[in-house]
Amino acid sequence: MDEKFDVIVVGAGPAGTACAYELAKAGLKVIMFERGEYPGSKNVMGGVLYRKQMEEIIPEFWKEAPLERPVVEQRFWMMDEESMVTMGYKGLEWAKEPYNNFTVLRAKFDQWFAQKAVEQGALLINETVVEACIVEDNRVVGVRTDRPDGDVYADVVVLADGVNSLLAKQLGFHKEWRPDEVALAVMEVLKLPSEKIEDRFNLEPDQGCTIEMFGDVTKGILGTAFLYTNKESVNIGVGTTLSGLMKAKIRPYDLLEYVKNHPMVKPLLEGNESQEYAAHLIPEGGYNSIPKIVGNGVVVVGDAAHLVNAIHREGSNMAMASGRMAAETIITAREVNDFSENMLDSYRVRLMDSFVGQDLKKYKDTTHTFEHHPQYFKEYIPMLNRAAGQMFTVDGTPKKQKQKEILRSMTENRGKLGVLQDLYRAWKVMK
Amino acid sequence: MEGDEMMGEIKKTDSLEQKQYTVRFRADTKSHLHVLDYDICATKCPEKWCTIFCPAEIYKWEDVRMQVGYEGCHECGSCRIGCPYENIKWEYPKGGHGIIFRLA
Repeated sequence: MDEKFDVIVVGAGPAGTACAYELAKAGLKVIMFERGEYPGSKNVMGGVLYRKQMEEIIPEFWKEAPLERPVVEQRFWMMDEESMVTMGYKGLEWAKEPYNNFTVLRAKFDQWFAQKAVEQGALLINETVVEACIVEDNRVVGVRTDRPDGDVYADVVVLADGVNSLLAKQLGFHKEWRPDEVALAVMEVLKLPSEKIEDRFNLEPDQGCTIEMFGDVTKGILGTAFLYTNKESVNIGVGTTLSGLMKAKIRPYDLLEYVKNHPMVKPLLEGNESQEYAAHLIPEGGYNSIPKIVGNGVVVVGDAAHLVNAIHREGSNMAMASGRMAAETIITAREVNDFSENMLDSYRVRLMDSFVGQDLKKYKDTTHTFEHHPQYFKEYIPMLNRAAGQMFTVDGTPKKQKQKEILRSMTENRGKLGVLQDLYRAWKVMK
Repeated sequence: MEGDEMMGEIKKTDSLEQKQYTVRFRADTKSHLHVLDYDICATKCPEKWCTIFCPAEIYKWEDVRMQVGYEGCHECGSCRIGCPYENIKWEYPKGGHGIIFRLA
Protein backbone atom coordinates (compact mmCIF):
# COMPACT_ATOMS: atom_id res chain seq x y z
CA MET A 1 0.00 0.00 0.00
CA ASP A 2 2.16 2.90 -1.22
CA GLU A 3 -0.71 5.33 -1.35
CA LYS A 4 -0.53 8.34 0.91
CA PHE A 5 -3.60 9.48 2.83
CA ASP A 6 -4.47 12.76 4.45
CA VAL A 7 -5.33 11.03 7.71
CA ILE A 8 -4.98 7.55 9.21
CA VAL A 9 -7.42 6.71 12.01
CA VAL A 10 -6.49 3.76 14.23
CA GLY A 11 -9.59 2.13 15.71
CA ALA A 12 -13.22 2.24 14.58
CA GLY A 13 -14.91 2.88 17.92
CA PRO A 14 -16.93 6.01 18.73
CA ALA A 15 -13.88 8.34 18.82
CA GLY A 16 -12.18 7.09 15.68
CA THR A 17 -15.38 6.80 13.67
CA ALA A 18 -16.57 10.28 14.69
CA CYS A 19 -13.22 11.66 13.56
CA ALA A 20 -13.16 9.71 10.28
CA TYR A 21 -16.76 10.73 9.55
CA GLU A 22 -16.06 14.45 9.95
CA LEU A 23 -12.81 14.30 7.98
CA ALA A 24 -14.34 12.34 5.09
CA LYS A 25 -17.33 14.67 5.04
CA ALA A 26 -14.94 17.62 4.63
CA GLY A 27 -13.41 15.87 1.62
CA LEU A 28 -10.20 14.53 3.18
CA LYS A 29 -8.75 11.20 2.14
CA VAL A 30 -9.15 9.04 5.25
CA ILE A 31 -8.25 5.44 6.01
CA MET A 32 -9.52 3.81 9.22
CA PHE A 33 -8.02 0.60 10.58
CA GLU A 34 -10.01 -1.77 12.79
CA ARG A 35 -8.37 -4.84 14.34
CA GLY A 36 -11.65 -6.71 14.82
CA GLU A 37 -13.62 -8.71 12.27
CA TYR A 38 -15.94 -5.69 12.11
CA PRO A 39 -16.23 -2.42 14.04
CA GLY A 40 -17.71 -3.16 17.46
CA SER A 41 -16.46 -6.75 17.61
CA LYS A 42 -13.87 -5.77 20.26
CA ASN A 43 -15.92 -3.07 21.96
CA VAL A 44 -17.88 -3.18 25.18
CA MET A 45 -19.84 -0.71 27.23
CA GLY A 46 -22.59 -0.88 29.82
CA GLY A 47 -24.81 0.46 27.17
CA VAL A 48 -25.76 4.12 27.53
CA LEU A 49 -25.28 6.31 24.45
CA TYR A 50 -25.93 10.02 24.93
CA ARG A 51 -27.93 11.82 22.26
CA LYS A 52 -26.23 15.22 22.29
CA GLN A 53 -22.69 14.41 21.14
CA MET A 54 -23.92 11.86 18.58
CA GLU A 55 -26.43 14.33 17.19
CA GLU A 56 -23.66 16.87 16.64
CA ILE A 57 -22.20 14.41 14.15
CA ILE A 58 -25.33 12.85 12.63
CA PRO A 59 -28.51 14.91 13.21
CA GLU A 60 -31.58 12.84 14.06
CA PHE A 61 -29.51 9.64 14.09
CA TRP A 62 -32.20 7.98 16.21
CA LYS A 63 -34.36 7.67 13.11
CA GLU A 64 -32.04 5.09 11.58
CA ALA A 65 -29.39 3.93 14.09
CA PRO A 66 -29.74 0.49 15.72
CA LEU A 67 -30.71 1.66 19.22
CA GLU A 68 -32.34 -0.39 21.95
CA ARG A 69 -34.54 1.85 24.13
CA PRO A 70 -34.61 5.59 24.92
CA VAL A 71 -33.97 5.89 28.65
CA VAL A 72 -36.84 7.57 30.52
CA GLU A 73 -35.79 6.67 34.02
CA GLN A 74 -32.48 6.58 35.88
CA ARG A 75 -32.52 4.81 39.23
CA PHE A 76 -29.82 4.79 41.89
CA TRP A 77 -29.73 2.04 44.45
CA MET A 78 -27.66 2.30 47.65
CA MET A 79 -27.52 -1.30 48.72
CA ASP A 80 -26.87 -3.41 51.73
CA GLU A 81 -27.05 -7.20 51.84
CA GLU A 82 -30.82 -7.42 52.22
CA SER A 83 -32.04 -3.88 51.78
CA MET A 84 -31.62 -0.77 49.73
CA VAL A 85 -32.27 2.96 49.81
CA THR A 86 -33.24 4.23 46.39
CA MET A 87 -33.68 7.43 44.47
CA GLY A 88 -34.08 8.28 40.83
CA TYR A 89 -35.65 10.40 38.17
CA LYS A 90 -38.24 9.51 35.57
CA GLY A 91 -39.22 12.11 33.00
CA LEU A 92 -41.39 11.55 29.99
CA GLU A 93 -39.69 14.40 28.14
CA TRP A 94 -36.93 11.81 27.66
CA ALA A 95 -39.42 9.51 25.91
CA LYS A 96 -39.76 11.81 22.90
CA GLU A 97 -37.54 13.71 20.51
CA PRO A 98 -34.84 14.78 20.91
CA TYR A 99 -34.42 12.25 23.79
CA ASN A 100 -31.61 12.28 26.35
CA ASN A 101 -29.89 8.92 25.96
CA PHE A 102 -30.43 5.42 24.64
CA THR A 103 -29.36 1.92 25.56
CA VAL A 104 -27.36 0.31 22.74
CA LEU A 105 -25.56 -2.91 21.97
CA ARG A 106 -22.15 -1.81 20.78
CA ALA A 107 -21.41 -4.56 18.27
CA LYS A 108 -24.50 -3.46 16.36
CA PHE A 109 -24.19 0.27 16.89
CA ASP A 110 -20.49 0.58 16.03
CA GLN A 111 -20.97 -1.29 12.77
CA TRP A 112 -23.71 1.10 11.75
CA PHE A 113 -21.72 4.19 12.74
CA ALA A 114 -18.58 3.04 10.90
CA GLN A 115 -20.71 2.36 7.82
CA LYS A 116 -21.89 5.98 7.96
CA ALA A 117 -18.25 7.11 7.86
CA VAL A 118 -17.71 4.83 4.86
CA GLU A 119 -20.70 6.44 3.14
CA GLN A 120 -18.98 9.80 3.64
CA GLY A 121 -15.96 8.44 1.80
CA ALA A 122 -13.71 7.01 4.51
CA LEU A 123 -11.89 3.78 3.65
CA LEU A 124 -12.44 1.14 6.38
CA ILE A 125 -9.94 -1.71 6.63
CA ASN A 126 -11.00 -4.43 9.09
CA GLU A 127 -8.98 -7.28 10.59
CA THR A 128 -5.81 -5.19 10.71
CA VAL A 129 -3.67 -4.45 13.75
CA VAL A 130 -1.60 -1.29 13.71
CA GLU A 131 1.63 -2.39 15.34
CA ALA A 132 3.53 0.89 15.46
CA CYS A 133 3.61 4.47 14.34
CA ILE A 134 6.26 5.26 11.76
CA VAL A 135 8.32 8.14 13.12
CA GLU A 136 10.71 10.17 10.97
CA ASP A 137 12.55 13.27 12.21
CA ASN A 138 10.53 13.35 15.42
CA ARG A 139 7.30 13.36 13.43
CA VAL A 140 4.68 10.64 13.03
CA VAL A 141 4.35 10.06 9.30
CA GLY A 142 2.39 6.83 9.10
CA VAL A 143 1.71 3.42 10.62
CA ARG A 144 3.01 -0.13 10.35
CA THR A 145 0.23 -2.74 10.17
CA ASP A 146 0.30 -6.52 10.47
CA ARG A 147 -0.52 -6.91 6.78
CA PRO A 148 2.18 -7.81 4.27
CA ASP A 149 3.66 -4.57 2.89
CA GLY A 150 1.54 -2.94 5.52
CA ASP A 151 3.15 0.50 5.83
CA VAL A 152 0.75 3.36 5.24
CA TYR A 153 1.58 7.07 5.23
CA ALA A 154 -0.45 10.19 6.05
CA ASP A 155 -0.10 13.79 7.19
CA VAL A 156 -1.76 12.98 10.51
CA VAL A 157 -2.34 9.78 12.50
CA VAL A 158 -5.31 9.73 14.89
CA LEU A 159 -4.86 7.24 17.73
CA ALA A 160 -8.33 5.97 18.67
CA ASP A 161 -7.04 2.60 19.80
CA GLY A 162 -8.91 2.40 23.06
CA VAL A 163 -8.05 2.06 26.72
CA ASN A 164 -4.92 -0.01 26.26
CA SER A 165 -3.53 2.43 23.67
CA LEU A 166 -0.28 0.60 23.13
CA LEU A 167 0.56 3.09 20.37
CA ALA A 168 0.47 6.22 22.55
CA LYS A 169 2.56 4.33 25.09
CA GLN A 170 5.09 3.40 22.40
CA LEU A 171 5.37 7.08 21.51
CA GLY A 172 6.12 7.86 25.15
CA PHE A 173 2.88 9.81 25.64
CA HIS A 174 2.08 7.89 28.81
CA LYS A 175 3.53 5.20 31.03
CA GLU A 176 1.64 2.00 31.74
CA TRP A 177 -1.64 2.73 33.55
CA ARG A 178 -1.67 1.93 37.25
CA PRO A 179 -4.25 -0.56 38.60
CA ASP A 180 -6.06 2.35 40.33
CA GLU A 181 -6.40 4.22 37.02
CA VAL A 182 -8.51 1.55 35.35
CA ALA A 183 -11.76 -0.17 36.22
CA LEU A 184 -12.35 -3.75 35.20
CA ALA A 185 -15.96 -4.21 34.13
CA VAL A 186 -17.59 -7.56 33.44
CA MET A 187 -21.11 -7.84 32.09
CA GLU A 188 -23.63 -10.17 30.57
CA VAL A 189 -26.38 -9.66 28.05
CA LEU A 190 -29.38 -11.60 29.35
CA LYS A 191 -32.25 -12.36 27.02
CA LEU A 192 -35.73 -11.60 28.36
CA PRO A 193 -39.05 -11.17 26.52
CA SER A 194 -39.93 -7.50 25.99
CA GLU A 195 -43.26 -7.83 27.87
CA LYS A 196 -41.41 -9.13 30.91
CA ILE A 197 -38.98 -6.20 30.75
CA GLU A 198 -41.83 -3.70 30.47
CA ASP A 199 -43.77 -5.30 33.35
CA ARG A 200 -40.83 -5.65 35.68
CA PHE A 201 -39.37 -2.20 35.06
CA ASN A 202 -42.70 -0.37 34.69
CA LEU A 203 -42.07 0.73 31.11
CA GLU A 204 -44.00 1.31 27.91
CA PRO A 205 -42.77 -0.68 24.89
CA ASP A 206 -40.61 2.19 23.61
CA GLN A 207 -39.11 3.19 26.94
CA GLY A 208 -36.05 2.05 28.83
CA CYS A 209 -34.56 2.42 32.26
CA THR A 210 -31.13 2.31 33.84
CA ILE A 211 -30.21 1.29 37.37
CA GLU A 212 -26.85 2.13 38.96
CA MET A 213 -26.08 0.17 42.11
CA PHE A 214 -23.66 1.10 44.88
CA GLY A 215 -22.49 -0.52 48.11
CA ASP A 216 -22.96 -4.20 48.83
CA VAL A 217 -22.98 -5.14 45.11
CA THR A 218 -19.27 -4.30 44.92
CA LYS A 219 -18.63 -5.55 48.46
CA GLY A 220 -17.51 -2.04 49.34
CA ILE A 221 -14.89 -1.87 46.57
CA LEU A 222 -14.90 1.43 44.70
CA GLY A 223 -17.16 0.82 41.74
CA THR A 224 -20.74 0.27 40.64
CA ALA A 225 -22.99 -2.39 39.29
CA PHE A 226 -25.51 -1.62 36.57
CA LEU A 227 -28.66 -3.00 35.02
CA TYR A 228 -29.86 -1.51 31.72
CA THR A 229 -32.87 -2.49 29.65
CA ASN A 230 -32.54 -3.30 25.96
CA LYS A 231 -35.43 -4.23 23.65
CA GLU A 232 -35.37 -7.93 24.35
CA SER A 233 -32.54 -8.28 26.81
CA VAL A 234 -30.95 -6.57 29.78
CA ASN A 235 -27.30 -5.75 30.34
CA ILE A 236 -26.10 -6.50 33.84
CA GLY A 237 -22.57 -5.81 34.93
CA VAL A 238 -20.22 -4.70 37.62
CA GLY A 239 -17.09 -2.59 37.41
CA THR A 240 -14.53 -1.89 40.10
CA THR A 241 -11.04 -0.43 40.09
CA LEU A 242 -8.52 -3.13 39.29
CA SER A 243 -6.60 -2.11 42.43
CA GLY A 244 -9.73 -2.55 44.57
CA LEU A 245 -10.44 -5.95 43.10
CA MET A 246 -6.87 -7.04 43.83
CA LYS A 247 -7.00 -5.74 47.38
CA ALA A 248 -10.20 -7.66 48.05
CA LYS A 249 -8.98 -10.73 46.14
CA ILE A 250 -12.33 -11.21 44.47
CA ARG A 251 -12.75 -12.83 41.08
CA PRO A 252 -14.71 -10.50 38.80
CA TYR A 253 -17.11 -13.17 37.52
CA ASP A 254 -17.84 -14.29 41.09
CA LEU A 255 -18.76 -10.69 41.89
CA LEU A 256 -21.01 -10.59 38.81
CA GLU A 257 -22.77 -13.74 40.01
CA TYR A 258 -23.16 -12.14 43.43
CA VAL A 259 -24.87 -9.14 41.81
CA LYS A 260 -27.14 -11.32 39.70
CA ASN A 261 -28.18 -13.27 42.78
CA HIS A 262 -28.62 -10.28 45.07
CA PRO A 263 -32.18 -10.45 46.48
CA MET A 264 -32.95 -6.95 45.10
CA VAL A 265 -31.82 -7.94 41.61
CA LYS A 266 -32.69 -11.59 41.21
CA PRO A 267 -36.46 -11.28 40.67
CA LEU A 268 -35.86 -8.82 37.82
CA LEU A 269 -33.77 -11.40 35.95
CA GLU A 270 -35.92 -14.48 36.55
CA GLY A 271 -36.15 -16.72 33.50
CA ASN A 272 -33.32 -15.08 31.58
CA GLU A 273 -31.04 -16.73 29.08
CA SER A 274 -27.43 -15.60 28.95
CA GLN A 275 -26.48 -14.39 25.48
CA GLU A 276 -23.01 -12.97 25.89
CA TYR A 277 -20.36 -12.42 28.54
CA ALA A 278 -17.89 -9.56 28.12
CA ALA A 279 -14.99 -8.02 30.01
CA HIS A 280 -13.34 -4.68 29.35
CA LEU A 281 -11.25 -2.00 31.02
CA ILE A 282 -12.49 1.55 31.55
CA PRO A 283 -9.96 4.37 31.87
CA GLU A 284 -11.09 5.96 35.14
CA GLY A 285 -8.06 7.87 36.35
CA GLY A 286 -9.79 11.12 35.40
CA TYR A 287 -8.23 14.49 34.69
CA ASN A 288 -4.86 13.75 36.29
CA SER A 289 -4.42 10.63 34.15
CA ILE A 290 -4.94 12.36 30.79
CA PRO A 291 -1.72 11.64 28.87
CA LYS A 292 0.03 13.78 26.29
CA ILE A 293 -2.53 13.81 23.48
CA VAL A 294 -0.83 15.81 20.72
CA GLY A 295 2.49 15.40 18.94
CA ASN A 296 3.96 16.22 15.55
CA GLY A 297 1.59 14.57 13.07
CA VAL A 298 -0.41 12.73 15.74
CA VAL A 299 -3.41 13.22 18.05
CA VAL A 300 -5.00 10.89 20.64
CA VAL A 301 -8.79 10.64 21.13
CA GLY A 302 -11.40 8.75 23.19
CA ASP A 303 -10.48 6.09 25.75
CA ALA A 304 -6.88 6.24 24.54
CA ALA A 305 -6.86 9.84 25.83
CA HIS A 306 -8.44 8.67 29.09
CA LEU A 307 -11.61 10.71 28.53
CA VAL A 308 -14.13 9.12 30.89
CA ASN A 309 -16.28 10.77 33.54
CA ALA A 310 -16.79 7.81 35.86
CA ILE A 311 -19.08 9.72 38.22
CA HIS A 312 -21.65 10.33 35.49
CA ARG A 313 -20.94 7.18 33.47
CA GLU A 314 -20.00 9.26 30.41
CA GLY A 315 -17.35 8.01 28.02
CA SER A 316 -18.55 7.25 24.53
CA ASN A 317 -19.99 10.76 24.26
CA MET A 318 -16.64 12.25 25.29
CA ALA A 319 -14.98 9.96 22.77
CA MET A 320 -17.22 11.25 19.98
CA ALA A 321 -16.72 14.87 21.02
CA SER A 322 -12.93 14.40 21.07
CA GLY A 323 -12.99 12.72 17.65
CA ARG A 324 -15.03 15.56 16.20
CA MET A 325 -12.78 18.25 17.71
CA ALA A 326 -9.66 16.45 16.48
CA ALA A 327 -11.18 16.38 12.98
CA GLU A 328 -11.95 20.11 13.09
CA THR A 329 -8.36 20.85 14.09
CA ILE A 330 -6.94 18.62 11.34
CA ILE A 331 -9.16 20.31 8.73
CA THR A 332 -7.79 23.71 9.79
CA ALA A 333 -4.23 22.37 9.88
CA ARG A 334 -4.60 21.14 6.32
CA GLU A 335 -5.61 24.59 5.09
CA VAL A 336 -2.22 25.93 6.19
CA ASN A 337 -0.40 22.63 5.53
CA ASP A 338 1.03 22.59 9.04
CA PHE A 339 0.72 19.36 11.04
CA SER A 340 3.19 20.24 13.77
CA GLU A 341 2.48 19.66 17.44
CA ASN A 342 2.18 23.40 17.83
CA MET A 343 -0.60 23.59 15.25
CA LEU A 344 -2.43 20.43 16.35
CA ASP A 345 -2.34 21.59 19.95
CA SER A 346 -5.47 23.63 19.27
CA TYR A 347 -7.31 20.26 19.48
CA ARG A 348 -6.14 19.90 23.07
CA VAL A 349 -7.08 23.49 23.90
CA ARG A 350 -10.51 23.08 22.30
CA LEU A 351 -11.08 19.79 24.14
CA MET A 352 -10.07 21.17 27.52
CA ASP A 353 -12.27 24.25 27.07
CA SER A 354 -15.27 22.06 26.23
CA PHE A 355 -17.51 20.11 28.63
CA VAL A 356 -15.03 17.22 28.36
CA GLY A 357 -12.12 19.06 29.96
CA GLN A 358 -14.32 21.00 32.35
CA ASP A 359 -16.18 17.97 33.69
CA LEU A 360 -13.03 15.90 34.06
CA LYS A 361 -11.43 18.78 35.94
CA LYS A 362 -14.47 19.16 38.21
CA TYR A 363 -14.15 15.54 39.37
CA LYS A 364 -10.36 15.29 39.20
CA ASP A 365 -9.98 14.14 42.82
CA THR A 366 -13.23 12.26 43.27
CA THR A 367 -12.35 8.66 42.44
CA HIS A 368 -8.98 8.78 44.18
CA THR A 369 -10.59 10.22 47.30
CA PHE A 370 -13.17 7.43 47.39
CA GLU A 371 -10.43 4.86 46.75
CA HIS A 372 -8.32 6.14 49.63
CA HIS A 373 -11.29 6.57 51.97
CA PRO A 374 -13.28 3.37 51.57
CA GLN A 375 -15.69 4.30 54.39
CA TYR A 376 -18.06 5.96 51.91
CA PHE A 377 -18.87 2.68 50.20
CA LYS A 378 -18.10 0.30 53.04
CA GLU A 379 -19.62 2.08 56.05
CA TYR A 380 -21.93 4.92 55.08
CA ILE A 381 -24.10 2.98 52.64
CA PRO A 382 -24.87 0.20 55.17
CA MET A 383 -25.38 2.93 57.79
CA LEU A 384 -27.88 4.70 55.55
CA ASN A 385 -29.76 1.44 55.10
CA ARG A 386 -29.88 0.78 58.84
CA ALA A 387 -31.08 4.33 59.51
CA ALA A 388 -33.90 4.03 56.95
CA GLY A 389 -34.85 0.60 58.27
CA GLN A 390 -35.02 1.83 61.85
CA MET A 391 -36.91 5.00 61.02
CA PHE A 392 -39.57 3.26 58.94
CA THR A 393 -40.06 0.27 61.25
CA VAL A 394 -43.03 0.93 63.54
CA ASP A 395 -42.18 -0.73 66.83
CA GLY A 396 -43.59 1.59 69.45
CA THR A 397 -40.36 3.56 69.92
CA PRO A 398 -40.98 7.32 69.79
CA LYS A 399 -39.53 8.92 66.64
CA LYS A 400 -37.36 11.34 68.61
CA GLN A 401 -35.68 8.46 70.37
CA LYS A 402 -35.18 6.68 67.04
CA GLN A 403 -33.48 9.76 65.64
CA LYS A 404 -31.18 9.94 68.65
CA GLU A 405 -30.21 6.30 68.29
CA ILE A 406 -29.58 6.68 64.57
CA LEU A 407 -27.36 9.72 65.15
CA ARG A 408 -25.48 7.93 67.89
CA SER A 409 -24.87 4.86 65.74
CA MET A 410 -23.74 7.07 62.87
CA THR A 411 -21.10 8.82 64.94
CA GLU A 412 -20.15 5.77 66.99
CA ASN A 413 -17.35 4.55 64.74
CA ARG A 414 -15.81 7.74 63.47
CA GLY A 415 -16.92 10.30 66.04
CA LYS A 416 -18.89 13.46 65.28
CA LEU A 417 -15.80 15.24 64.00
CA GLY A 418 -14.88 12.27 61.81
CA VAL A 419 -18.31 12.23 60.20
CA LEU A 420 -18.15 15.98 59.58
CA GLN A 421 -14.70 15.58 58.02
CA ASP A 422 -16.00 12.81 55.79
CA LEU A 423 -18.97 14.91 54.70
CA TYR A 424 -16.77 17.93 53.97
CA ARG A 425 -14.30 15.80 52.00
CA ALA A 426 -17.06 14.29 49.86
CA TRP A 427 -18.59 17.70 49.21
CA LYS A 428 -15.21 19.17 48.25
CA VAL A 429 -14.47 16.56 45.56
CA MET A 430 -17.99 16.53 44.13
CA LYS A 431 -18.83 20.25 44.14
CA MET B 1 -13.09 -6.58 55.59
CA GLU B 2 -10.48 -7.58 53.10
CA GLY B 3 -8.96 -10.59 51.50
CA ASP B 4 -10.02 -13.91 52.86
CA GLU B 5 -12.69 -12.54 55.15
CA MET B 6 -14.45 -10.98 52.19
CA MET B 7 -13.99 -14.08 50.05
CA GLY B 8 -16.15 -15.86 52.57
CA GLU B 9 -19.09 -13.71 51.59
CA ILE B 10 -18.62 -13.99 47.86
CA LYS B 11 -19.35 -17.52 46.85
CA LYS B 12 -16.92 -19.02 44.41
CA THR B 13 -19.01 -20.02 41.46
CA ASP B 14 -18.40 -22.40 38.63
CA SER B 15 -20.25 -20.14 36.25
CA LEU B 16 -17.30 -18.91 34.23
CA GLU B 17 -17.25 -21.87 31.89
CA GLN B 18 -20.90 -21.28 30.98
CA LYS B 19 -20.20 -17.58 30.47
CA GLN B 20 -17.29 -18.28 28.15
CA TYR B 21 -19.51 -20.58 26.06
CA THR B 22 -21.64 -17.57 25.14
CA VAL B 23 -18.68 -15.83 23.49
CA ARG B 24 -17.32 -16.35 20.00
CA PHE B 25 -13.55 -16.68 19.67
CA ARG B 26 -11.44 -17.02 16.55
CA ALA B 27 -8.19 -18.13 18.10
CA ASP B 28 -4.88 -17.55 16.40
CA THR B 29 -2.47 -20.50 16.30
CA LYS B 30 0.01 -18.68 18.51
CA SER B 31 -0.45 -16.87 21.80
CA HIS B 32 -0.58 -13.08 22.06
CA LEU B 33 0.18 -13.35 25.82
CA HIS B 34 3.61 -14.24 27.13
CA VAL B 35 4.86 -14.74 30.65
CA LEU B 36 8.35 -13.25 30.47
CA ASP B 37 9.96 -15.10 33.38
CA TYR B 38 8.22 -18.17 34.80
CA ASP B 39 10.51 -18.12 37.86
CA ILE B 40 8.97 -14.85 39.00
CA CYS B 41 5.50 -16.46 39.14
CA ALA B 42 6.94 -19.40 41.07
CA THR B 43 9.09 -17.56 43.56
CA LYS B 44 8.00 -13.94 43.89
CA CYS B 45 4.22 -14.06 43.57
CA PRO B 46 2.56 -16.25 46.22
CA GLU B 47 -0.82 -14.62 45.47
CA LYS B 48 -0.67 -15.48 41.74
CA TRP B 49 -2.52 -12.23 41.14
CA CYS B 50 -3.41 -12.82 37.48
CA THR B 51 -5.22 -16.04 38.38
CA ILE B 52 -7.52 -13.99 40.63
CA PHE B 53 -8.47 -10.93 38.61
CA CYS B 54 -8.36 -12.22 35.05
CA PRO B 55 -12.03 -12.15 33.99
CA ALA B 56 -11.65 -15.23 31.80
CA GLU B 57 -9.33 -17.32 33.99
CA ILE B 58 -6.73 -17.35 31.24
CA TYR B 59 -3.99 -17.83 33.81
CA LYS B 60 -3.96 -21.05 35.80
CA TRP B 61 -1.33 -22.11 38.26
CA GLU B 62 -0.70 -25.78 37.68
CA ASP B 63 1.64 -27.37 40.23
CA VAL B 64 4.80 -25.48 39.43
CA ARG B 65 4.11 -23.40 36.38
CA MET B 66 1.76 -20.71 35.09
CA GLN B 67 -0.38 -21.96 32.23
CA VAL B 68 -1.73 -19.43 29.75
CA GLY B 69 -4.90 -20.41 27.88
CA TYR B 70 -4.86 -17.42 25.53
CA GLU B 71 -7.70 -18.76 23.36
CA GLY B 72 -10.46 -17.45 25.64
CA CYS B 73 -8.91 -14.03 26.28
CA HIS B 74 -11.20 -10.95 26.26
CA GLU B 75 -8.20 -8.73 25.45
CA CYS B 76 -9.05 -6.39 28.33
CA GLY B 77 -5.44 -5.69 29.39
CA SER B 78 -5.91 -6.28 33.13
CA CYS B 79 -3.06 -8.78 33.35
CA ARG B 80 -0.58 -6.40 31.75
CA ILE B 81 -1.55 -3.61 34.14
CA GLY B 82 -2.22 -5.70 37.24
CA CYS B 83 0.88 -7.92 37.28
CA PRO B 84 2.98 -6.28 40.02
CA TYR B 85 6.16 -7.66 38.40
CA GLU B 86 5.40 -6.42 34.86
CA ASN B 87 5.94 -9.99 33.87
CA ILE B 88 3.37 -10.29 31.10
CA LYS B 89 4.07 -9.29 27.51
CA TRP B 90 0.71 -8.34 26.07
CA GLU B 91 -0.04 -7.83 22.39
CA TYR B 92 -3.19 -7.74 20.32
CA PRO B 93 -4.00 -10.99 18.53
CA LYS B 94 -3.44 -10.95 14.79
CA GLY B 95 -5.99 -8.83 12.91
CA GLY B 96 -9.44 -10.43 12.79
CA HIS B 97 -8.52 -12.99 15.47
CA GLY B 98 -9.30 -13.27 19.16
CA ILE B 99 -12.60 -12.40 20.74
CA ILE B 100 -15.56 -11.41 18.55
CA PHE B 101 -18.42 -9.73 20.40
CA ARG B 102 -21.78 -10.02 18.66
CA LEU B 103 -23.75 -7.88 21.16
CA ALA B 104 -22.05 -6.29 24.21
